[in-house]
Amino acid sequence: MQYLLLINDDEAHWGEMPEDERNAIYGEYMQYTQELQSSGVLVGANQLQPGSTATVVSIEGGKTITTDGPFAETKEVLGGYYLIDVGTLDEALEWAAKIPSARYGHIEVRPVVMREAEVAS
Amino acid sequence: MQDAFVRAAERWPRDGAPANPGAWIVTTARNAAIDRIRRERTLARKTELLARAEELPADQEATIPDERLELIFACCHPALAPEAQVALTLSLVGGLETPEIAHAFLVPESTLAQRLVRAKRKIRDAGIPLRVPAEHLLPERLRLVLATIYLVFNAGYGPPVRRELCGEAIRLAAVLATLMPDEAEVHGLHALLLLQDARRDARVSPTGELVLLGDQDRGLWDADEITQGRRALERALSLRLSGPYQLQAAIASLHFEAPTDWAQIALLYGRLAELSPSPVVELNRAVAVTMADGPEQGLQIVDGLTGLERYHLWHSTRAELLNRLGRSEEAKAAYSRALGLAPSETERTFLLGRLEAARDQ
Repeated sequence: MQYLLLINDDEAHWGEMPEDERNAIYGEYMQYTQELQSSGVLVGANQLQPGSTATVVSIEGGKTITTDGPFAETKEVLGGYYLIDVGTLDEALEWAAKIPSARYGHIEVRPVVMREAEVAS
Repeated sequence: MQDAFVRAAERWPRDGAPANPGAWIVTTARNAAIDRIRRERTLARKTELLARAEELPADQEATIPDERLELIFACCHPALAPEAQVALTLSLVGGLETPEIAHAFLVPESTLAQRLVRAKRKIRDAGIPLRVPAEHLLPERLRLVLATIYLVFNAGYGPPVRRELCGEAIRLAAVLATLMPDEAEVHGLHALLLLQDARRDARVSPTGELVLLGDQDRGLWDADEITQGRRALERALSLRLSGPYQLQAAIASLHFEAPTDWAQIALLYGRLAELSPSPVVELNRAVAVTMADGPEQGLQIVDGLTGLERYHLWHSTRAELLNRLGRSEEAKAAYSRALGLAPSETERTFLLGRLEAARDQ
């Protein structure tokens, strides 16, 4: 099953961090990604640019509305994601807990809709 | 459950030390001869649930005991909301019908039904595994399972009492004890539930009033269950890994002795406070200390507790202690405060009685 691990961070917290601390965390991320890769479970991953770079698009009354983002007015903002392929939710949760940002923010673990034949409801 | 110990100290006969204290359970004893039917229902549901999962073992008969354990852990998975964990466990493991569960938890049947549907859907859609958690996850996950079972028991404990829930919780604990014989806290919980349940017929008067432990008819205590409970406790202790449920069971067991070893109980509450600190545990320790060393010592502890201003038993305990120390005006004020915060009619009636008695002094 594929799971999307959505990384939610407090950007202000990142900004206030001393540079060497930030670099240490980036190092951890590289190591983590490497681990995912060697385990064969990594499908994809990306760090996203800060929330301030976001633009929001929606259609209202037939018109396209474009505004400065991000969409959610929360302290924690989506900062990146990992897409992994594992057997159960427990495995996905274990990987999620190892993400460095889990210590500073939170990780949302979402199963991906599979288009192959699923057991019927 | 801990409330009961506090309540035990609320009655001090003017003429001396109280008789055997302890907890109380009320019930309309009902023999569930539906065990067999439930087992069959459970198996049918389990099969249904497993059929929906991706990892379905081909031959089920050979692995039925294992599947029960897997089912329990799946039902109590942290990805499910606590209410869903309880409902699912009762439904799939306990074999209770939706209306029964809904009634027991005082929610509309449709709400409960929806809760179950959503939970099962989540198990399937999010890929919650139907297996016993890995070694390193087990302690935390087991804690959840035990908490769920205890929640079921307490929901049935009341007041008001729903006997079938208590019975169900004990059954679940027993199943868990056979499936995980080397887990001390599993036996600890099993012991605790049995020992508490043993008082079920003595707990409430025919008119529905709480019967203080000191006033309970010992003949109504289920001696068989006390024996079973103590056996489970011994099994737990033999595994040499202490835990909160074992400590609570040990305390419950001591309460069946006459005369009560309050000093030992106070000690056990002290250990319990170390393992799972909470103001309520401290409150119970204060009660035990009072019984062992006197009301001044007890009041010292009680007055030192913070965060219990909205807890009726904190006020009622203070009231009893103040009463005992001859500070009757303060005692009456505390009783009134407790009365205002009491959560049930049974409690209110009891506290009203205490307030009246204090007024008459």
